[in-house]
Amino acid sequence: MTTAAIVFILAGIFFFFVGVVGILRFPDFYTRLHAAGKADSLAAVLVVIGVALYNLQEINPGNILVSIKIILIAVFIYMASATATHALTKGALVVGVEPWEKGKKK
Amino acid sequence: MKTKIATFFIMLAFWLVLSGMFDGFHLSLGILCCLLVTHFSHDLLFPETTGVHGNWLRDIIGVLLYLPYLLWQVLIANLQVAWIVLHPRALEMIDPHIFRFYTKLTRPIAKVAFAQSITLTPGTITINIYRDPAGEKPDQFAVYALTREAAAALPGDMESRIAKALEPANG
Repeated sequence: MTTAAIVFILAGIFFFFVGVVGILRFPDFYTRLHAAGKADSLAAVLVVIGVALYNLQEINPGNILVSIKIILIAVFIYMASATATHALTKGALVVGVEPWEKGKKK
Repeated sequence: MKTKIATFFIMLAFWLVLSGMFDGFHLSLGILCCLLVTHFSHDLLFPETTGVHGNWLRDIIGVLLYLPYLLWQVLIANLQVAWIVLHPRALEMIDPHIFRFYTKLTRPIAKVAFAQSITLTPGTITINIYRDPAGEKPDQFAVYALTREAAAALPGDMESRIAKALEPANG
């Protein structure tokens, strides 16, 4: 169980790392949101699953309940992060942030 | 009435998971709170089930069947975006643009689920759902995509799966 937890958490950390690299490398606000949204949607969930598995080393009702609560965090991340990403993109478009386009120099 | 009962039991399940104490005192507190919340806000959780689409049980099963597919799509899209991010020539590979398409989904909950799924899959973000003022054409999705390939995959398979999960069966 601990091994599986470590694998999940390491995978999550890897995708968070990719997300951070993406935020640093991408050219403008919108493309950076893509990278940030990725960290939210997969990395956070992987870490959360890893923690939930680690918590289940002794399987008893109390531990299972705690693990369900931890998984619920992932559910709320899924609902909230997609809404937040959408709201940020729409907000930026409404305010008039110029999207970066291929082959167009600033 | 059906929506009230459903809301009550969802609230109660939520209470039980979060409280974790099953003695009489905490249970009665939970039931009391759930009854109050249900009374005040039962129309928030299932706003449209009072209409023609009354089958919330089918919706829940549909969503549960749809979730594994969504998680799989999120995983695939994540790997694609990770590949682009770590690629030395990332700026040549991305081609961000906004594209639009018409949806065949009609129920608000189905459209919201579709929009959320698009945003959750990395590489695509739903910007808005435009409703045709005249009401003649179907609603239009505006999606911001990171690459041409990510855009080409929409609406496609995901929309038909949402339709299967949440749209009323018409034949």
